[in-house]
Amino acid sequence: MYQYDEYDHQMLADRVSQFRDQTDRYLDGSLSEAEFLPLRLQNGLYIQRLAPMLRVAVPYGLLSSTQLRKLAFIARHYDKGYGHLTTRQNIQFNWPALEDTPDILAHLAEVEMHAIQTSGNCIRNTTTDQFAGVAVDELEDSRPYCEIIRQWSSFHPEFAFLPRKFKIAVCGTKIDQAATQVHDIGVYLIRNDDGDIGFQILAGGGLGRTPVIGQVVFDFVEKKHLLTALEAILRVYNRYGRRDNKYKARIKILVKETGIEEFRNQVHAEWERIKDGPQTLTDAEFNRCESFFVDPPYQEKENEPVELTEALRSNVLFSSWHEQNVKQHKKPGYAIVTACLKETGIAPGDVTDYQLDYIADLADEYSFGEVRVTHHQNIVFADVEQSKLYSFCLKLKEQSLAAMNLGLLTDMICCPGGDFCALANAKSIPIAESIQREFNDIEELKATGELRINISGCMNACGHHHVGNIGILGVDKKGEEFYQISLGGSSRNETSLGKIMGPSFAQDEIPEVVRKIVAVYHANKEADEDFLDTYKRIGMDPFKEMVYAKAD
Amino acid sequence: MPKLIKNGELVQDNWTVLREATGPEVLKAVPGKNFIVPLNFWQLYRDELEDYMGQITIWLDCNENVNDIGPDLKQLPLIALNFPVFSDGRSYTNARELREHLAYEGEVRAIGDVLRDQLFYMSRCGFDAFEIRHDQDADACLAAFNDFHNAYQGSIEEPNPLFRRR
Repeated sequence: MYQYDEYDHQMLADRVSQFRDQTDRYLDGSLSEAEFLPLRLQNGLYIQRLAPMLRVAVPYGLLSSTQLRKLAFIARHYDKGYGHLTTRQNIQFNWPALEDTPDILAHLAEVEMHAIQTSGNCIRNTTTDQFAGVAVDELEDSRPYCEIIRQWSSFHPEFAFLPRKFKIAVCGTKIDQAATQVHDIGVYLIRNDDGDIGFQILAGGGLGRTPVIGQVVFDFVEKKHLLTALEAILRVYNRYGRRDNKYKARIKILVKETGIEEFRNQVHAEWERIKDGPQTLTDAEFNRCESFFVDPPYQEKENEPVELTEALRSNVLFSSWHEQNVKQHKKPGYAIVTACLKETGIAPGDVTDYQLDYIADLADEYSFGEVRVTHHQNIVFADVEQSKLYSFCLKLKEQSLAAMNLGLLTDMICCPGGDFCALANAKSIPIAESIQREFNDIEELKATGELRINISGCMNACGHHHVGNIGILGVDKKGEEFYQISLGGSSRNETSLGKIMGPSFAQDEIPEVVRKIVAVYHANKEADEDFLDTYKRIGMDPFKEMVYAKAD
Repeated sequence: MPKLIKNGELVQDNWTVLREATGPEVLKAVPGKNFIVPLNFWQLYRDELEDYMGQITIWLDCNENVNDIGPDLKQLPLIALNFPVFSDGRSYTNARELREHLAYEGEVRAIGDVLRDQLFYMSRCGFDAFEIRHDQDADACLAAFNDFHNAYQGSIEEPNPLFRRR
């Protein structure tokens, strides 16, 4: 992974002292609440319902075992012994004290981590596919480009006070696992007709109150022009993005109101002026960044070693876990393992200090000392030898990390919701748990197959409910918590936004409603069609009829 | 008295910002001064003000665009860019466009809600004069330009981003 040099270390140290000074001034009253607000947000610090919340950046989801142990330490000493993995591959702590934050940031800096721009109206952490560098279907490893974007966007002097937050995702794989099209900017690595690899760049995607799928602004950008292309989009947005209404301030609204043609023209006009300038990327910089993401020292191995085939034959549970949680690796003899954190009774994405330490140990022993956080709030061990998968699975089980529901109905995305968040209309964690309790039979789950349920506690959509195959949104109805259900969303390559099914439901009705939706799928599915395809074929009506049928 | 920082020190300010003006007679009533007037005021009355005994230049609010100043720009000794609130970032883009695209070499002054914690970014975008808000501690503001030893991006002073320097 990327290693800091003296420049990176110095900037981080400078940032910590700057924020320490700002916090001191806030605490002694010389910096007002309103003036401290964007400063603390740009250092990841929210003030939540019960306590401050600190969101730590995990650049493009990659963590070393050293960093994991530091996160475990922070969870133990400054929090209540756990952290929460987010849909943007970050980790957040729900209970730190405001006055401890500069110390926490200093601890993080020791392991080349920070909370810079994880919140606020600025460019946030860049995310990517969690299988980058090991996926079979990859055009090119996206991580060097993510790192280039990370550096360009960190402390960017012109874009620290944008109209609203700004999220960038990069995807280098054929199957998009990064929800690229619902980001403010989505970058796809593509090959053009001449065989050159470059970028297709989308802008104007986003979830929140007004979900929109991004539109193409650059059909093909040569690699060296990546930063000037991004800068041109940001500059047009910074100048013209709406600032009169917080809910209309994202770039998606600007693109919509300007029209994609005119927006493209504005961006390209700006780009023509800065293209080929000093920000044009150099081969030396590409080589430098790529050098941090070379393959680990793999050994020459065969696929399907006898240790694996034997265990698969003799152990049904292992075989079941393997089928769901292990994916093909580009290197023979290796496998990509996703440890699913969605055990029933555990808030989706929550991970304890003990588990963090344990994951670090497993990473060292089995996966070259690194893991990745996924957009679905799970943990990936990217380089596990196939011959060790069985013992690895047993080790995962010891710490409740071997849930077999990856990609299935109970592997839900869920925001912290009304239990923690000051914005939420309704709780979301208990909804997730009630669904997990309703669907606790793994065989039934596997028979249902891939079905994504995403839950948000309010229309800000941190739980990405718009792109869940089943989306659940908490709404407030005269002071009571209700839940609106949508169907048909997806964040894959053919991204689609869910459609609202009808009137909302009370909390205790949700498991039964989901049960009915699944039943309609089973009654109508053809061959091995998955839920989304069945929905697309039969439409909303059969689901609606079943769910809203009057009891006789 | 507003406090002005220029070239890393507190200096005497010889300019008066005219926030609102009804017509050129306001200026003519006080000859011999140096005024910073709104862009649209300048566009309306520049001919009438040609014989004014004193210097006149312009300020732009954050919703105005420096590319609209036109050919007068080269003769103007100073352009002030307003921050109605510190959290409105549009004037950063105006400053950079003045320097990078319009090759403006005169003074670029930050006016309005100009606070200690934004000075470093402002200076990197091409501002070289800062009319800091009345309640700001001047010494702390002077120190703010050294908040960071380096930066990833280029700036007006050092156009090369770090990847061309490291």
